[in-house]
Amino acid sequence: MVNGNPIIEGFIEAIKLIVTLDPQVVEITLRSLYVSLSATFVATLIALPVGALIYFYEFRGKHAVVSTLQTLYALPTVIVGLLMFLLLSNIGPLGFLRLLYTPKGMIIAQTVLIVPLLMGLTVSALSGIDRDKRYTITALGANRFQTVATIIMEARFAVMSAVLLGFGRAIAEVGSVMIVGGNIRGATRVLTTAIALNTSMANYSMSIALGIILLAVALGVNITLSLVQRR
Amino acid sequence: MVVIEARNIRKSYGNLQVLHDVDLSVREGEVLGLIGPSGSGKSTLLRILDLIEPPSGGELSIFGVNTVEEYSRWLDLRRRMGMLFQRPIVFNASVYDNVAMGLRYRGTPRAEIDRRVKEALEAVGLSRYIRSRATDLSGGEQQRVALSRVLVTDPEILILDEPTANLDPGSTATIEAIVMRMNREEGMTVLISTHDLMQGQRLAHRVAVMIEGTVTQVGPPREIFYEPKDQKIARFVGVQNIIPGQVIAREGGLTTVEVKERRLVSVTPPPAEEVAVAIRGEDISLHRREPGYEEAENLFPARVTSIEPIAPFVNVTVDCGCDLVALVTARRVEALGLRAGMEVWVSLQAKAVHLIPRED
Repeated sequence: MVNGNPIIEGFIEAIKLIVTLDPQVVEITLRSLYVSLSATFVATLIALPVGALIYFYEFRGKHAVVSTLQTLYALPTVIVGLLMFLLLSNIGPLGFLRLLYTPKGMIIAQTVLIVPLLMGLTVSALSGIDRDKRYTITALGANRFQTVATIIMEARFAVMSAVLLGFGRAIAEVGSVMIVGGNIRGATRVLTTAIALNTSMANYSMSIALGIILLAVALGVNITLSLVQRR
Repeated sequence: MVVIEARNIRKSYGNLQVLHDVDLSVREGEVLGLIGPSGSGKSTLLRILDLIEPPSGGELSIFGVNTVEEYSRWLDLRRRMGMLFQRPIVFNASVYDNVAMGLRYRGTPRAEIDRRVKEALEAVGLSRYIRSRATDLSGGEQQRVALSRVLVTDPEILILDEPTANLDPGSTATIEAIVMRMNREEGMTVLISTHDLMQGQRLAHRVAVMIEGTVTQVGPPREIFYEPKDQKIARFVGVQNIIPGQVIAREGGLTTVEVKERRLVSVTPPPAEEVAVAIRGEDISLHRREPGYEEAENLFPARVTSIEPIAPFVNVTVDCGCDLVALVTARRVEALGLRAGMEVWVSLQAKAVHLIPRED
């Protein structure tokens, strides 16, 4: 270890950590998945119905709402982190909830981060259903609820792509989980924050191991996405 | 009994007025053809009659229900009708699920859905595709799926918006046959729009002509083709000769009209002083020499000015004081040895000369 190249040795060590299911690696990976999957789930519950409402109802400023959502696709993660920190900290309005530096707080931050993305993509997924299909649904005698359900069903693959993209953004971001979670070992440390910390401490093997896992998750999301889009 | 009664229907999208003053009634058990050029508002009218979208104004009663006052009954009324669109529309699901949609919306029991969907697919000859993904089928097959999806709900009124415009002749014939069978055997009322004049003539008991956002003439197909009410209708139904003229006499049931340097007689009572003479090209007969025995009231010499083949017919333009275009079969052109500059005789029955008010 003393004479070798630290990068190559780090890589070898990293493989060992993964293969032997190092408890710390497993714990961080599971927490990352837990936080980001939960955030994606909650964001979907919010964004899908609201996105559908935006699509189905004509109202003043609809165009502005959609443009705003699209602008927020690129919402900087540290800004969300900062905002959520201010909201959840002891001096903030939601301080009494005691969510700062907890996985729940991180879930909320990531939810806020990806809701605009999911909502905007839901609107465009539903807009992808052409006018004649809507006419056909109406002509077949669907009531209001059945119409909405059929259109969402018809757009299901595009909606699923949106959900996967949201998850991809959540699991890969550092900014908000770092600020809101605080990267506390055994409590709020996730893949991205652990990589940032270990790298700055020259603990490359751990960073590389976690990096490989993060890439594998991203790759998995991408493969699923392309499978979905091929339908 | 009248099942659809529309009065003064208007429809605008923003500043664009698509329909104005549309009056139309559909009788129970008839096939009513709606013909008109593209962009004349046929699809919009059909969507309004099917209660897919509301008119901007006017009165519409369906099955005797005033739809303007009773908005709450729209869904029930709509469920008694069915509409097939021009573009084949199928949903990303199995053929079975596509056909079952309307029945599921109506809360039909599962066993009955199963039975009726299978029957419906049998009727359009698509049983073998029942488990296939509908989007994998060809255009003609998709349109048959769409038709059986409508028919399975057993509509009292079937509305078809140019249902065969995008299809090959084989699929067109299949769909026409199914629709005719539903009308003849089940007594289903059918409202079909088409820009195909022949299809309108083939299928419909009555034809309504739509031009520039309103229904301009309704009647039996024969009447629309031979007695168009105005110049636009005449042009749309393919009248080759529409020539301005002046009424100069009316006696013995015949109207004499001066068209440039030629006088023609017509059976039409004069609709105005200033008229347009409408003559279908196929009603004009050409002869090499003066016919010895000919029942036509109009008989005069002329000179051939041009010959234009439009297989299997030929448009022969002759000058007889005014220009007339005759539609002649290619074989007859050969038999007569027609060529430009040749002297011929023209015969034309008075009942083939139709008079309409002149428009400027």
